[in-house]
Amino acid sequence: MSAIDPVHLAGLVRRGDLRGLARALTVVENGGPEASVLMHKLYDPSPASRSVGLTGPPGAGKSSLADVLIAHWKSRGRRPGVIAVDPSSPFSGGAILGDRLRMQRHACDPDVFIRSMGSRGHIGGLASSTAQAAEVLAAGGFDPVLIETVGVGQGEIEVVSVADLTVLVLVPGLGDDVQMMKAGIMEIGDLIVLNKADRPGMDQLETVVRASLEFVREGRPVPQVVKCSVATGEGLEDLFSKLDDLLSSGRDFEAVRRGRVRENLLRVAAEQGTRFALELLERSYGIEKAVDMVLAGETTPYEIGERIAALSGRAPV
Amino acid sequence: MGERKIRILIAKPGLDGHDRGAKYIARALRDAGMEVVYTGIRQTPEAIAAAAVQEDVDFVGLSLLSGAHNHLFPEVARQLSARGASDIILFGGGVIPDEDIPGLKTAGFRAIFTPGASASEVVEFVEKEFEAGATAGTRA
Repeated sequence: MSAIDPVHLAGLVRRGDLRGLARALTVVENGGPEASVLMHKLYDPSPASRSVGLTGPPGAGKSSLADVLIAHWKSRGRRPGVIAVDPSSPFSGGAILGDRLRMQRHACDPDVFIRSMGSRGHIGGLASSTAQAAEVLAAGGFDPVLIETVGVGQGEIEVVSVADLTVLVLVPGLGDDVQMMKAGIMEIGDLIVLNKADRPGMDQLETVVRASLEFVREGRPVPQVVKCSVATGEGLEDLFSKLDDLLSSGRDFEAVRRGRVRENLLRVAAEQGTRFALELLERSYGIEKAVDMVLAGETTPYEIGERIAALSGRAPV
Repeated sequence: MGERKIRILIAKPGLDGHDRGAKYIARALRDAGMEVVYTGIRQTPEAIAAAAVQEDVDFVGLSLLSGAHNHLFPEVARQLSARGASDIILFGGGVIPDEDIPGLKTAGFRAIFTPGASASEVVEFVEKEFEAGATAGTRA
């Protein structure tokens, strides 16, 4: 392919062309004007496809769980897609994308699409373009779309605002109940999966998790809890049926969608606003010239900011 | 915005399970700022090609120590072109006799790295090929 034509790519995605879909994901991942055109073409405020966030600490078994979920949904005649995010090195910008390793048995299945993403400096457990990548998979006919986050710690909960519902995977042996109390991740999750039930410490983990659920804020649904072992298969049927129930009816997806559209709008506006403001700064001062002026004591970054705001048509506050 | 990262798939086709070399190269490429999809050992050529397409990689690097390279390497090339993805650049490494290299190059492998090759040679090869492709406009 010589040049990227996002309109052409959008057509390929809609027609189910896998190479075109893969190319479209790259365009979205790399961002820029082509990505905007592509997403505009593929945009659907109420897609038929559902998305499921899969999050939890490193080594909890997220990718292995994704693997058995793919097999389960395949057996129900669905076409699951996966976006699996791994961390990019803050030093080199490179990444080892290894989640696919656990799901590679599905590689040749044309009704399963797995795509790995590096987080590329974005914090929050996802890459900045993960939400759009999931939308592209949905537009390509994949449903449900699993979004696997990087291994998260105590505050990376962005997936909640991106996915229709979120599965939190926990395992025994990661710390005492104080860790649970401070972990922001305990405040998310429509379904909490206690994985590695064959390992010691499971009873303690379950006690702590159930106790923490008593403090779920009023008006919010209390997450369901499932114990399982992906390694032995124990408890998986229970997990599948609870998750499928949630997917088919168990949640107010309209409210989720409205929240997502709002976030999407704010994000796009913020991106365009940043670009516009930087262009204005460059055109009216020159960035390095402005730095010189601040260093020489002629002005401050705040004054320059207000002048740029005035130039853009907004009166200074 | 508009940032373009080099994406590479590193895989081991066939039955050989010795993956230290593959992991070493994967790490070196990561440290050079590239995104490396690692699919692990015992992969069929078909699964490697399918993964390469889904991941939209620029390169596929194969590692093999079993001696089956003359069969498995060209098969990966065939599977890629069957999926309309023959523009993905192939390279390989492992215990590969010199006399087999011309045949593998004819089969579409741009480079073969044999024991003694350094990780930086692989990184340099990838960077140079990517640069050449970008200027030729084969990959936007």
